[in-house]
Amino acid sequence: MSVGASLRASGVVFAAAVFQAALFSSIVVHGGAPDVLLIVVISLGLLRGSVAGAVFGFAGGLVVDLLTLDTLGLTSLILTLAGFWAGRYAETTARGRRLPVLLAVGVMTVLASVAGLALHYMLGEDVVARQALLTALVPTLLLNLLLALPIHALVRAIVGERPGFEPAGEVELVV
Amino acid sequence: MPRNRSARPAALGVSVRRVPSTQHTSRGASALRRRLIVGGLVLLALVLISLSFRSGTDGSLSGVQSAGATALRPFAVGVERVSQPFRDAYNWVDSLFSARSDAEQLRGEVEDLRQRAIQNEFALQENAYLRRLLNYRDGPRFPRDFRAEAAEVIARPAGAFTQAVVIAVGSDHGVRVNDSVLTPDGLVGLVTRVTPGTARVQLLTDQLLAVPAVDLRTQAPGIVRHARGTRETLVLDRVRKQEVVRVGDELVTAGWKAADFSSLYPKGIPIGEVTSVGQTDTDLYQQVQVTPYVDFGGLDAVIVLVPLDRPR
Repeated sequence: MSVGASLRASGVVFAAAVFQAALFSSIVVHGGAPDVLLIVVISLGLLRGSVAGAVFGFAGGLVVDLLTLDTLGLTSLILTLAGFWAGRYAETTARGRRLPVLLAVGVMTVLASVAGLALHYMLGEDVVARQALLTALVPTLLLNLLLALPIHALVRAIVGERPGFEPAGEVELVV
Repeated sequence: MPRNRSARPAALGVSVRRVPSTQHTSRGASALRRRLIVGGLVLLALVLISLSFRSGTDGSLSGVQSAGATALRPFAVGVERVSQPFRDAYNWVDSLFSARSDAEQLRGEVEDLRQRAIQNEFALQENAYLRRLLNYRDGPRFPRDFRAEAAEVIARPAGAFTQAVVIAVGSDHGVRVNDSVLTPDGLVGLVTRVTPGTARVQLLTDQLLAVPAVDLRTQAPGIVRHARGTRETLVLDRVRKQEVVRVGDELVTAGWKAADFSSLYPKGIPIGEVTSVGQTDTDLYQQVQVTPYVDFGGLDAVIVLVPLDRPR
């Protein structure tokens, strides 16, 4: 990843993290709020690969944890795994699929919610599974899916796609 | 076909060449680097979580977090200010969507609160009234040889021709026919019918009721009964012309007793105040008009006088 692309990606992630903490988390629709940072991290994973997804996920999560004074590393862990998974998905099976970003965002929204619930529970915090998984998850999922395509397009326009993105398991036939 | 494996399918008659080993090595190194980076990040996140969780609010990491939050605060404030108009717009639109349901809910709450306020007001008035009953029962004006059976008025006259109320005590409470009924203001009437749990009280304003009374100031005797043609006005009848009765005099029950017989009403229960006195040459008696102390239209609770020697 070039320096310019890294800087642009860092800017995008930083802006997404700040906007997520200051704005989007307060836009609650039917109990759920959009997770723009998650979508951005997934987009970066899909566009720039698993390592970039993991690194930017970690950084974005760290910014959110700092801004919200939450347990440091909690959001980082979830977004690291989300970005990594999205990158691996793009590197292996996403090629040729229609709208992989929608699938990735949908799956990762659900998994991130479950992981967040589990982590908070393990840390002994008061979590209401019904609120997190039933009340908030569905609207959050719908909002994320709604925002996934425009945000992915925006990230693609700003950061660009990694050139020579090769799926694994390639064989060369010589006649 | 497995990854990076060469094959030679005889049926096709083509040669399949293994991908050059340099690329294979490069891919292996890339995978290793990838795993190291991700593993390191996950490990770092776990370390951060552990430290943050263990250090609490005043640990070393909280200082780092606080410094980070302080450094990032200008950005958050900037975003907050930039996004405020959009947030307001969103809230405005959102409020439009929820305005109808909110209005319905608030309307229901207002109705509920109004009902409660009315009930509270009633309860307050009832409380004051019952307190007066209690004070009267325990006070010196309460007739001796009687105990008070407090009762709530549960039914009222259905029409203009029935001057009676139904109260929530009956024979189970020791109430019998012809027991006197009163309030702290004065005499209400007489029990005329009794069931185990309820009793019917004929009011003083009923035409069939007559009560021996005396002028408290002059001891002029007479009989208080309902004045024809009016709803809640009484007259003091059978007052001889030589008796002195003045406007403003207080009338109380006479309460006579002779041998084994006694008046239905104990002595000294207030009835009303004389509002006009008149006489003509042809009449044998004076015409004395009385305004009762009791507001018969606003009876909520009454006291039934039950003789102390009566078994319950």
